Amino acid sequence: MSTTIDVPKRKREIIDQAVIRFCGDSGDGMQITGSQFTNTVAFYGNDLATFPDYPAEIRAPAGTLPGVSGFQVHFSSSDVYTPGDSVDALVAMNPAALTVNLPDLKKNGILIVNLDNFKETDLRKAQIKVNPLEDHSLDGYRLFAVELTRLTRVALKELGLDAKSMDRCKNFFALGMCYWLYNRPMDSTTRWLEDKFKKHPQLVQANKLAMQAGYSYCEATEAFQVSYEIPPAKLAPGMYRNISGNTALAMGFVAASQKAGIPLFLGSYPITPASDILHELSMYKDFGVMTFQAEDEIAAVTSAIGAAYAGSLGITSTSGPGMALKTEAIGLAIAVELPLVICDIQRGGPSTGLPTKTEQADLLQAMYGRNSEAPIPVIAASSPGDCFWVALEASRIALKYMVPVILLSDGYLANGAEPWRIPNVEDLPEIPVLFETNPDDFHPYRRNPETLARPWAIPGTPGLEHRLGGLEKQDVTGNISYDPINHEHMVRTRAAKVEAIAQDIPDALPEGDASGDLLIVAWGSTHGPITAALHTQRGKGRRIGHVHLRHLNPLPRNLSEVIKRYKKVLVPEMNMGQLSMMLRAKYLVDAIGYNKIQGKPFKQSEIEDKIQEIIG
Amino acid sequence: MTTATLPVYTRKDFQTDQDIRWCPGCGDYAILSAVQAVFADLGIPREKFVIVSGIGCSSRFPYYMNTYGFHTIHGRAPAVATGIKIARPDLEVWIATGDGDSLSIGGNHTIHMLRRNVGLKVLMFNNRIYGLTKGQYSPTSEIGKKTKSTPFGTTDRPFNPISLAIGSEATFVARSVDVFQSHLKDTLKKTAAHKGAAYVEILQNCNIFNDGAWEDLTEKDARSDNIVQLDHGKPLIYGKNRDKGIRMNGFDLEVVQLGNGVTEKDLLVHDEKHPRAAYAFLLAHMEQRPGFPTPIGVLRDWNDVPRYEDLITDQIREVQAKRGKGDLAKLLRTGDTWEVRT
Repeated sequence: MSTTIDVPKRKREIIDQAVIRFCGDSGDGMQITGSQFTNTVAFYGNDLATFPDYPAEIRAPAGTLPGVSGFQVHFSSSDVYTPGDSVDALVAMNPAALTVNLPDLKKNGILIVNLDNFKETDLRKAQIKVNPLEDHSLDGYRLFAVELTRLTRVALKELGLDAKSMDRCKNFFALGMCYWLYNRPMDSTTRWLEDKFKKHPQLVQANKLAMQAGYSYCEATEAFQVSYEIPPAKLAPGMYRNISGNTALAMGFVAASQKAGIPLFLGSYPITPASDILHELSMYKDFGVMTFQAEDEIAAVTSAIGAAYAGSLGITSTSGPGMALKTEAIGLAIAVELPLVICDIQRGGPSTGLPTKTEQADLLQAMYGRNSEAPIPVIAASSPGDCFWVALEASRIALKYMVPVILLSDGYLANGAEPWRIPNVEDLPEIPVLFETNPDDFHPYRRNPETLARPWAIPGTPGLEHRLGGLEKQDVTGNISYDPINHEHMVRTRAAKVEAIAQDIPDALPEGDASGDLLIVAWGSTHGPITAALHTQRGKGRRIGHVHLRHLNPLPRNLSEVIKRYKKVLVPEMNMGQLSMMLRAKYLVDAIGYNKIQGKPFKQSEIEDKIQEIIG
Repeated sequence: MTTATLPVYTRKDFQTDQDIRWCPGCGDYAILSAVQAVFADLGIPREKFVIVSGIGCSSRFPYYMNTYGFHTIHGRAPAVATGIKIARPDLEVWIATGDGDSLSIGGNHTIHMLRRNVGLKVLMFNNRIYGLTKGQYSPTSEIGKKTKSTPFGTTDRPFNPISLAIGSEATFVARSVDVFQSHLKDTLKKTAAHKGAAYVEILQNCNIFNDGAWEDLTEKDARSDNIVQLDHGKPLIYGKNRDKGIRMNGFDLEVVQLGNGVTEKDLLVHDEKHPRAAYAFLLAHMEQRPGFPTPIGVLRDWNDVPRYEDLITDQIREVQAKRGKGDLAKLLRTGDTWEVRT
């Protein structure tokens, strides 16, 4: 470009943190825009948390309220625990997106809208009578109404694309604007485009041009008087990457398989929001990973049981409705005492419920949702990166104790992302696996006295031919037995085996105050907002502790003792009080539930308000 | 352990010390005995066999076979077995199942296992009744049948298991009868030799809840008039006096009386390798037509389809050959990474 524009020096403000949300039609590419922005700020060294929020319909009618898709990124120069309660900058591609998302925009917040999409017809689709750009209803915000569609077309006119293809690049125009606004380079996204559309150089070119045009637009026009810079966060030293929960989970299982020295088998049936685990693992054929897209949820889990029987690390991944279908097979795995990890990426229910929205209401299903006495270890991830560690831990328990393990994650963790410190492979714990090979006096249910695990004798081993099954069996020999005393012994033994795991997990160590007025006990994806609220409230002088449970069955041995150190116990959950019920039953503690069932994570402010309500 | 010589077994080597808990006179005893005898002759190390079953009388089978055995849950044996076979393609995985287990609760797994051509052998014991739950009708019970759950007769049209298997693109489909020991053993040997998915319907009597389930076929004097035995390359002749045959008539079959100018040369010659599944389908449907015999033997044996587990293994090998074996440290560092220094 040879023309020099005399750009007046504009202010660059250094700020600590910002929350930005991209929203538009589900066809507008908001998820891609959001993840590109995320990768760029992560690469720059900010701490961050994301919240992708999209409808269950692939493409609801364009321009309508139910079709709105959004992606929120909270990035900061200090620790980030949540995607942010409210938004500093909102990019709305159409009136419907504006209507749905405006309530979350802070007063005087930045609002970028696509002016080209505020015509009479667009307003009608969003059921808006008066154009909000003209009725002063947006006066309390810093509004930038930009002709995103027209300007993108102008930028791409040389490429000879049709109008539709050009319009598909307007999200990258908006992305370019945001890069300017937050002083971020475009090279990370450029690299991604070049890799993603390797075979379509024209698409690479078009999106690059649109993004650059958005950037230059801000540079050239004087609309934006200020740009912002958020310095890198002071994260613990090490190598980092950005990671989502489902990717972390998939990688955790590959790591477990490598550390255990046995092949990984995933049996799965596509279901939101768990499908990405299948997608990820199906790419790792170079690690010998076997992925089986089964005919249904039942075949998904039973094939994994078959693979485990044959000596693989058997995994199955699903969400609530799939868990319901797998119930009987999980009981079989408990009875035949084979290692297996069942991943439940929870979503709103009951039934089909809210497929793309988060919830943590499958805890009791995981704990008790089987016929008869069928105890099972249950563990839960607390952040996207934690999914990696939880996958390793679930595999470790399954293989060491010869039990199926339920791993709980949820839609918010699965699709949310955060910077993740990449561990050194050598530092990962070894997972010893020993297949039985000695035929002398072999018995399929002779137990390890410490773990109560039975031997793993896999088919193909000479001299160990034996029969397993769902019928009650005599301890030690494994022969079918209807003996009443033996049945009670087996029921108690299976329970004792799960209980024994308590000796093998860390004690509960509260964050914050070791004793005081309030203990918050929680699990799963509520970790972020609770941690953020804890910091703020302790800063105000309140004496609060927080135990975030990774192991939900068995619970840490010292939990009862920890609970007693506080005057009150608060249990925030995205359900009707399932952990509360377990704690009340087990410890006779007057746990106070704080329950939000809206398909959305808690806000930091909501937790803080609750804390103040309880302890003043 | 590597051995140059094939293991030598007798039927006894495949028997277990468990008491067999089928009713006295049950057709399952005959099937068990035939399977034990055939396994002993296959020259395959005993530890390589896995018998997987679901729920039902037939599904007790693994407990009586001195091999690896897995008695799973109702209908799911094909899915469990698929997992075993993907993980360990070297194992000989056989499924023991029944008409309820395989065609009712497990119908979905059965058809998918067949269309994938997983290298599993399915022995489906068809006694046209639910025995273990004491006498309700099954998906193969004849229409109008009076049972405990249908005191006025069933209103369900039954499945033809052979048609279902062929319709699911099964590469090996056969039928035999519990009491025809030599035919059964012969069929089992052919089953063992097939590489891909094999579906074998074994007509079996339940002398408690459906006695005489197949008596038109098994009564000595009726046998030859109601059954046509299929042998590859042989004409379809049957009848007490071997004077009846099956002939093609356009795109249909017809029963003909030999003599009066009709000779063996006019008859259909069985081709179990026929490239069109429609051929086996036409044979399978004979039993539903008045005046036609029920075919037994191998209806289809088609070895041109790769086994599912081999495709999976090959794909892994191909990717490993191209990319090298996976490096975990590299995997964890995929995408943009950045270093935070102290």
